[in-house]
Amino acid sequence: MGAETVLKADNLKRYYDVKGGMFSKGGTVKALDGATFKLEAGKTLAVVGESGCGKSTLARLVTLIEKPTEGELILGGMDIASAHSKEDMITLRQMVQIVFQDPYGSLNPRQKISDILAEPLKINTKMSASERREEVLSMMSRVGLRPEQADRYPHMFSGGQRQRIAVARALMLRPKIVILDEPVSALDVSIQAQVLNLLTDLQEEMDLAYLFISHDLSVVKHIADDVLVMYLGQPVEHGTRDEIFSNPQHPYTRALLSATPVADPNRKKDRIKLVGELPSPLNPPSGCSFHPRCPLANDRCKAERPILASTSSALVSCHAVEEGRS
Amino acid sequence: MSLLDIKNLSVEFQTAHGLFRAVDGVDLEIDQGEMVAIVGESGSGKSVSMLALMGLLPWTANITADRMLFDGIDLLSISKKERRQIIGKDISMIFQEPMTSLNPCFTVGYQIMEVIKEHLGGTKKELEKRAIELLGLVGIPAPETRLRAFPHQMSGGMNQRVMIAMMIACNPRLLIADEPTTALDVTIQAQILELLGELQKEKGMALVLITHDMGVVAETAEVVNVQYAGQQVERQDVVGLFDKPQHPYTYALLNALPERATSKRLPSIPGVVPGLLDRPTGCLFNPRCQFATDKCRKEAPDHASKVLCHYPLVDGKPSNGHPGVSASDVSVSGGAA
Repeated sequence: MGAETVLKADNLKRYYDVKGGMFSKGGTVKALDGATFKLEAGKTLAVVGESGCGKSTLARLVTLIEKPTEGELILGGMDIASAHSKEDMITLRQMVQIVFQDPYGSLNPRQKISDILAEPLKINTKMSASERREEVLSMMSRVGLRPEQADRYPHMFSGGQRQRIAVARALMLRPKIVILDEPVSALDVSIQAQVLNLLTDLQEEMDLAYLFISHDLSVVKHIADDVLVMYLGQPVEHGTRDEIFSNPQHPYTRALLSATPVADPNRKKDRIKLVGELPSPLNPPSGCSFHPRCPLANDRCKAERPILASTSSALVSCHAVEEGRS
Repeated sequence: MSLLDIKNLSVEFQTAHGLFRAVDGVDLEIDQGEMVAIVGESGSGKSVSMLALMGLLPWTANITADRMLFDGIDLLSISKKERRQIIGKDISMIFQEPMTSLNPCFTVGYQIMEVIKEHLGGTKKELEKRAIELLGLVGIPAPETRLRAFPHQMSGGMNQRVMIAMMIACNPRLLIADEPTTALDVTIQAQILELLGELQKEKGMALVLITHDMGVVAETAEVVNVQYAGQQVERQDVVGLFDKPQHPYTYALLNALPERATSKRLPSIPGVVPGLLDRPTGCLFNPRCQFATDKCRKEAPDHASKVLCHYPLVDGKPSNGHPGVSASDVSVSGGAA
């Protein structure tokens, strides 16, 4: 392997304080509670989980939109806690870019495509207008847009094309890391395939590291090298794609996989039924946060929080797996 | 006679750019206790055709059909008043977003009881008893206390359960579920789909499930209608559809699913679904079809056939005297305007 590690996160945490109102008392939401992972150039790490599991908070931390409450984040060998000067921040910000879920909401409707794409260059580099234009056109052809489309506005494009524009914008500054926050879930299947192919091609071409956030496991299985499964702000299982999909160990990962509909009517269905809903992150359960919905929970799970420990294959945080109960 | 019998349903909208045909010659027949899924991408007219059936389209819509019968009643000619007696009682519909379908100003108990009161009547005590029973039936814990909860106090999954409780309150004979799980998480989606399937079997309802998710179709449906750009392109039972798709669109759509991929590159469908201004002549799928010929570009296939294609696929190869495929036949239509 020997690929360059472009991102290292160690025990990353982000808490939000919630103010009390007239009828409720305040509290702390542990939106992200201890994530440890690393990302290599040319590789894709997928973060999966249901709503409220902290996927998007993680994206906000890695893109430096927010600062972590606790923990260490190293981007391209530079610790973000030690980056105080303006130059440091500019270097860091150029390294990470993001593509959002909804291509209808993430493009300014009053800007031409060429202006949308040139803006990152205008702010971060000293290129002249003609150099910027050249750069914009070459990036457009790279993502499969035609040069005559440069002076059109976002409303003149279809969803798939808008997502291409959003990808192009993220790549304008030649980042090393691209955060893809549900990049294809707003798109139809036939368009989804086009965008996934584009992402794969660009990754090979530019040696990009992807942090792929998704709830769609069939897409994750297709594109990811490594997978991090999260539940209520905490990672519950972390391993390679094959480990997670062929030998899932954490009860939540297993339930998630069995709940995902498979496009094959002949498949035998033995679904693990999860009861109940996600608990409120304002008032998480004691011990293992999954225990109220877990079929394997016992008294230890209610009292003691498990830690991510290595097993024969992936890293799993579960008492039942550790003790061999199942 | 089938419970619902729709023949050649078309819906047109008058727009600033001319007439737009959102639904084009759709047939649907469903019997008591049957389950049909309608699949298609956005803009395929799957929701509009069902809204036409419910009478929920705005006045700008022009609805025509050879036949639109529910249990022998002609839905095209009945008055608004008569329709109101059927809708919500014998036919009911669940929408995609439970949060926006429920009224935020009233408790869920009130909203469920309103439906029952309107159609079946009863004293306040009876209504409350029935509402509690319904909430229990759809798997809401502690239904007595939940009766007094407002929609914003519950999660999306719980609200969708409330919607289902409301819609089955009068024991409908036909339930239309329009993307009932798209806004929900997968573990909750599995719970809701299971609930719908159980209710359908228990009560002998006919169920129409509108979805874009091939996985959901494979796991729940018996018969599948595939729609493309307002037209019904293929109708098959679920096993046949996934094993031997006959329309090139179905074939390409299934191949584009990441889980069916054999290599890192997905076989995608070039271009986009045609809109109002770029509607092709002949077969509507021809600009994106890898098997399209000159005949496809000139003549529209016959609506009466089971598969809307001049050359239905047999084992992934076009039949019916197709001249053969060459790579140059694959025309790519991208372009925004």
